[in-house]
Amino acid sequence: MPNIVAKILIVGAGQAGMQIADSLRENGYTGQITMVGDENALPYQRPPLSKAYLYGDADEESLQFRNQKFYQDNNIELILGDAIVAVETNAHGGSATTSSGAILKFDRLALAPGSTPRKLEIPGSQLDGVLYMRSLADAQALKARWQDAKNVVVIGGGFIGLEVAAVAAKAGKNVTVLEGGDRMMARAVCPITSAYFKDAHERRGAKIILDARISNFVGEQKVEAVELADGTKIPADIVMVGIGVLARTEVANLLGLELSNGAILVNEFAETSNPIVVAAGDAVMLPNPTGAEGLVRLESVQNAVDQAKAAARTLMGVREPYRALPWFWSDQADIKLQIAGLSTGYDQTVVRGNPNQDAFSVLYYKEGRLLAIDAVNQVSDFMAVRRCLSAGQTIDSVAAADSETPLKTLITA
Amino acid sequence: MPQVTYILPDGTETTLEARDGDSVMETAVKNGIRGIVAECGGACSCATCHVFVADEFTNLVGGPSDLEDDMLDGAACDRRDGSRLSCQIKMCADFDGLRVEIAPKQV
Repeated sequence: MPNIVAKILIVGAGQAGMQIADSLRENGYTGQITMVGDENALPYQRPPLSKAYLYGDADEESLQFRNQKFYQDNNIELILGDAIVAVETNAHGGSATTSSGAILKFDRLALAPGSTPRKLEIPGSQLDGVLYMRSLADAQALKARWQDAKNVVVIGGGFIGLEVAAVAAKAGKNVTVLEGGDRMMARAVCPITSAYFKDAHERRGAKIILDARISNFVGEQKVEAVELADGTKIPADIVMVGIGVLARTEVANLLGLELSNGAILVNEFAETSNPIVVAAGDAVMLPNPTGAEGLVRLESVQNAVDQAKAAARTLMGVREPYRALPWFWSDQADIKLQIAGLSTGYDQTVVRGNPNQDAFSVLYYKEGRLLAIDAVNQVSDFMAVRRCLSAGQTIDSVAAADSETPLKTLITA
Repeated sequence: MPQVTYILPDGTETTLEARDGDSVMETAVKNGIRGIVAECGGACSCATCHVFVADEFTNLVGGPSDLEDDMLDGAACDRRDGSRLSCQIKMCADFDGLRVEIAPKQV
């Protein structure tokens, strides 16, 4: 089939945007590809920012997805440090204008705008040293203040907050994690896993306050402390706020695309409400890719990559719905958390191994069928469940409770 | 800069210069070598950068860590002698001339 689409514009140069461009070329698309990103850096990986980059084990160059030559060799035009400020579509394509005045015509538009940190708006939020962690610039700002910082306060006991807390504790800093809820990572894991992570971070030197009510930041120009509602002042040279992310919908709003829960609504082909426009990654709300009912928003590398592949297929006229097993990882000091599947709606958990020895896993079941796993330093359990669920299989919950039996020997239809 | 040669599943070979300290995976992916997927970007979390180190280099490069060993057990392609996750092999002058075969199935 000849390419009827000759010009594709990709908005967003993160994991999903990069994957759309790469998959188009891998699948033989020979038309024009232009990718616009609002950051100046060559497209890069975000996950190491809160881990290897902060530790000093990775530099800017090692974060890059591809070298400069790759984009030239593959004829992918990169427009960096620029943003779309106007866009219109018609029945066959459209045209976008960037803030620098470039006019970009397209036959199809792919949105991969990603997300932006939810801001904490309280008195003192503008003080120097109140930081977020999403972009390379964010990580550089944190790193610039890192060496001299003795007291680090992390607001939010989610993945990003705990990753930064782990790096800080390992570097010998005084770390306090303030979580507004009654447990850590509550949106993603069950209470057993949450309790382990609280204990594990405390054992590694962090102080953790649950149900924290933060009233304001204290300081003149630089932040000096975080003040709680009960008057407690926690000294802070750096505050890292990690309280979730919001889908970036600027361009979607310019186009009047249908949203769901603040994210760009797509179907299983990554199509938006506008037939010219597909969307992928953190900024979209999509049908559950496991085949279960309902819409989900998945903020993960796996989803950005796999859903971007689906978007690329759609752009090339291939009708194949997006089906994938969600999986995720978070490295926190010497703790490797790996999650496979979606545990939503579980009615039973099975624990293998021993949380007190930093090696265990929690299997989630619904009506006797395996849904998901949280594996903590239990790589073989994670891999077995990933394989099992990807193949649409299950593992008997009674047999799984015996930690001595490898899970991979228990997989059944 | 040390060189590393990738033998693709179709038998073709590509030789690249690696930045000192970059992994065998990073060197391949940055240059657009297909076949090494590396979904997790080098965190030893996905087992999609599976390679077979050529026999003459297995002693020099060494074997996998316990963690990597467990990941390899779950790799899409059955492991064999010389199986490694290429994100865990950091290039250095000693490894100049390294040859790795890319496992034909990663996902």
